[in-house]
Amino acid sequence: MEKVFKITKGLTGVPMHYCPGCTHGIVHRLVAEVLEEMDVIESAIGVSSVGCTYNNYDYFACDMLQAAHGRAPAVATGVKRVHPGSLVFTYQGDGDLAAIGTAEIVHAAARGERITTIFVNNAIYGMTSGQMAPTTLIGQVTTTTPFGRDAAIHGYPIRMSEMLSTLDGAAFIQRVSMHDVRNVREAKKAITKAFRLQSEGAGFTMVEILSTCPTNWGIDPVGSLEWIKEMMIPQYPLGVYKDVTAGGDK
Amino acid sequence: MARVTFDEERCKGCGLCVPVCPKQIVVIRTDKLNSKGLHPACVERQDLCIGCAFCAIMCPDQVIEVER
Amino acid sequence: MSNRVLMKGNEAIAEAAVKAGCRHYFGYPITPQTEIAHYLAKRMKDVDGVFLQAESEVAAINMVYGAAGAGARVLTSSSSPGISLKQEGFSYIAGAEIPSVVVNVMRCGPGLGGILPAQGDYFQCVKGGGHGDYKNLVLAASGVQELFSLTMEAFDLADKYRILVVILADGTIGQMMEPVIIPEDTDMKIFDKPWAASGKKGGNVHHTIKSIYIDPVVLEGLNNRLQSKYREIEANEVRVETSALEDAEIVITAFGTCARIAKNVIKEAAREGIKVGLIRPITLWPFPVEIISETARKDSVKAFLDIELNAGQMVEDVRLAVNGKKEVLFHGRTGGMIPSQEEILDIVRRIAGGGF
Repeated sequence: MEKVFKITKGLTGVPMHYCPGCTHGIVHRLVAEVLEEMDVIESAIGVSSVGCTYNNYDYFACDMLQAAHGRAPAVATGVKRVHPGSLVFTYQGDGDLAAIGTAEIVHAAARGERITTIFVNNAIYGMTSGQMAPTTLIGQVTTTTPFGRDAAIHGYPIRMSEMLSTLDGAAFIQRVSMHDVRNVREAKKAITKAFRLQSEGAGFTMVEILSTCPTNWGIDPVGSLEWIKEMMIPQYPLGVYKDVTAGGDK
Repeated sequence: MARVTFDEERCKGCGLCVPVCPKQIVVIRTDKLNSKGLHPACVERQDLCIGCAFCAIMCPDQVIEVER
Repeated sequence: MSNRVLMKGNEAIAEAAVKAGCRHYFGYPITPQTEIAHYLAKRMKDVDGVFLQAESEVAAINMVYGAAGAGARVLTSSSSPGISLKQEGFSYIAGAEIPSVVVNVMRCGPGLGGILPAQGDYFQCVKGGGHGDYKNLVLAASGVQELFSLTMEAFDLADKYRILVVILADGTIGQMMEPVIIPEDTDMKIFDKPWAASGKKGGNVHHTIKSIYIDPVVLEGLNNRLQSKYREIEANEVRVETSALEDAEIVITAFGTCARIAKNVIKEAAREGIKVGLIRPITLWPFPVEIISETARKDSVKAFLDIELNAGQMVEDVRLAVNGKKEVLFHGRTGGMIPSQEEILDIVRRIAGGGF
C-alpha cells in the first residue's frame, strides 16, 4: 500500500497550540505542503505576525522572522530585497493586516513586492480573546461589540481582497475558504498559484482565507464551518479578484 | 483496501474529520482520553475505508495519514 | 591614494555606508536629513544596491528588521519625529539582536517642533525610547569627517555585538560641508552571520529571528545575556575626546555642535588666563564615566559646565559620573537656538570669578 496522504516535511512536526477545530492548522498545512511540493523549504523565508499565529516560526520548517504587529509586509519587503531568489511569505490575521498593518499591506501591494501574503480572515481578534476586528460582521457580537457591531458606531467591515486588487502592483489575489474539503483543495491551488507567480516575479500575491474561531465565536468547530458559509461568505464572496495571468493559463 | 492511521496523542477531538467522511466511519472515541485529556478520533471499520483522505484534508493538527 | 572631497554631513554618512558594504537603505523624507536618501537613491545603483523609500518611518525600521535579520548590512535614517516612530522597531531589533545602523539628524522639538538643529533626543536614543531593558550604541559626531569614520565603524560595531547603532548628529552637522578624506576600498571585515534567516540551505535547524519568549525563565535568560553584552560594550567601546584637561579649572562637557563651540571658547578663555578643558563624549552610550570621574577628583578643577542644545539631558549623566565631587553647571538652548561663543565665554568668566 502506498501513502496517499502523509505529514508534510514543510512543517517541523511541533504540535500546534491552536484551539481544537481552529482551521489555522489546515492553512499551515497547506502552505507547508506547497513549500514542499515546490521544493523551496531550504530557501523560503516566512514572516509570522502578531496574533494567534505569532509563533508559527516553530511550525514552519523554513527560516522564519517574527514581525511586530502589522509590520510583516515591511519585514518581508526587507527580506525579499536581500534574498530575491527566496520565496518570501507573510502569514497574518485580520487584526494584523487590516487594522494596524493597513498601510504596510497597501504599500507592499502597491510596490508590487514579490512576496506572498497568507491572510487569514476569521472576523475577530483570537489571541486577545474575541475583540472586534476590521472584518467583524455587522451585528456580530464580540467582547468589544457586546451588543453587536453597529455600523453607526463601529463602521463597516473591510473587504481587503477587493481593496488591494485595485492596485497595479498586485498580480494575484484570491479569496478562498476552509469550510469544506472542496474549498480547502481550492485554497491549496490558490496558494500554489500565488507562490508560483511570486517566483516568476509577477508582483504582489495574496490569498485571503476565511477561517474559523470556535472559541471566540462561541460555536463548536463543525458549526463554525457552517458560520463561514452562511454568515461570512455573503460579506466576503469567494473568488479571484486579481490575476495578471487571466486570459493566459488560469 | 485502504488504511487510515490517527496519531491519538496529537488529536484534539475537534470532530472536523467526522462529518466529511463519505462512509461515515470516523468517530470520536468517547471511551478513551489522550494525555491532553481529549477524546481522540479514530476509524473502527477500517474495512469500509476508501482512502479518500477527506478526514485528513479537514484535520488541522496532522493527526491522520492515509494509505491505499 | 584616498581622495579629498567637500561633502555635506548627510552625504558623508551615505557614502560611508556604501564604503562599509551597506547595500540596502530604507528611508523616508524628513528635514534635515533627506540628502542621505537623495544621495543613496543615485549611489546604490552604482553598487547594485537597494534604495527603497518606505511608506513611513515605522515601515522603514521594520524593513531594516527584515533585511538585517536576513543577514545584510542595512541603513535607515531619519530625524527626531521619525525616530520617535521607529522606537517600537528599536526594541524589537534589540530583543532579536539584529545588527542595524540608524541615523538620527536631530531637529528641535517637541512635537513637530522645527527643522533647526537640537540635541533633545539624547534621552530617547541613549536611555532607550522603546519598551523594555535594552541599549543602543550611540555615536555622536561633531564634524563631517568624523561622521564618515563613525558611520563606517558603526557597521562593524553593529555586526560585532549584534546591536543597533545610532549615528547621532544634528541639523548643523548634517547640513554643513567640510572636506572629507575618503579612504581607498580597504578589505572590509566580514562578520559571519550563521544566525541570519537567509534560507536553511540544508542546515538541520531552521533559523528564527524573534523577540518573544513566553517562558519567563527563557526571557530572563535573554535579558541577562543582553545585559552582559552591554557591560562588555561599556568596558571596551567607550570613545571620548578630551582637550586641555591637565590644568583645567573649568571643564566643559559637550557633544556634537556644542563641542565645536566649546573648542573656540577654550582658546578665547586661555587668552584671558582662564584654564578651560573639554570632555567630548563620542559614544553617548557607552558613556565615558571614568574620564569624567577621574577629572572630578583633580584639585585644579573647580566646576564642570555642561552645554547642550536641550533643556538638560546629558548633564544628568555627567552629574552621575562626577558623583557630587564637584559642582556641575548647565547651560542649554532649545527651539533651534544655538549658544554663541560669547554667551558661553561670559558664563566661564563668571564661574572663574566665583560668580556662581
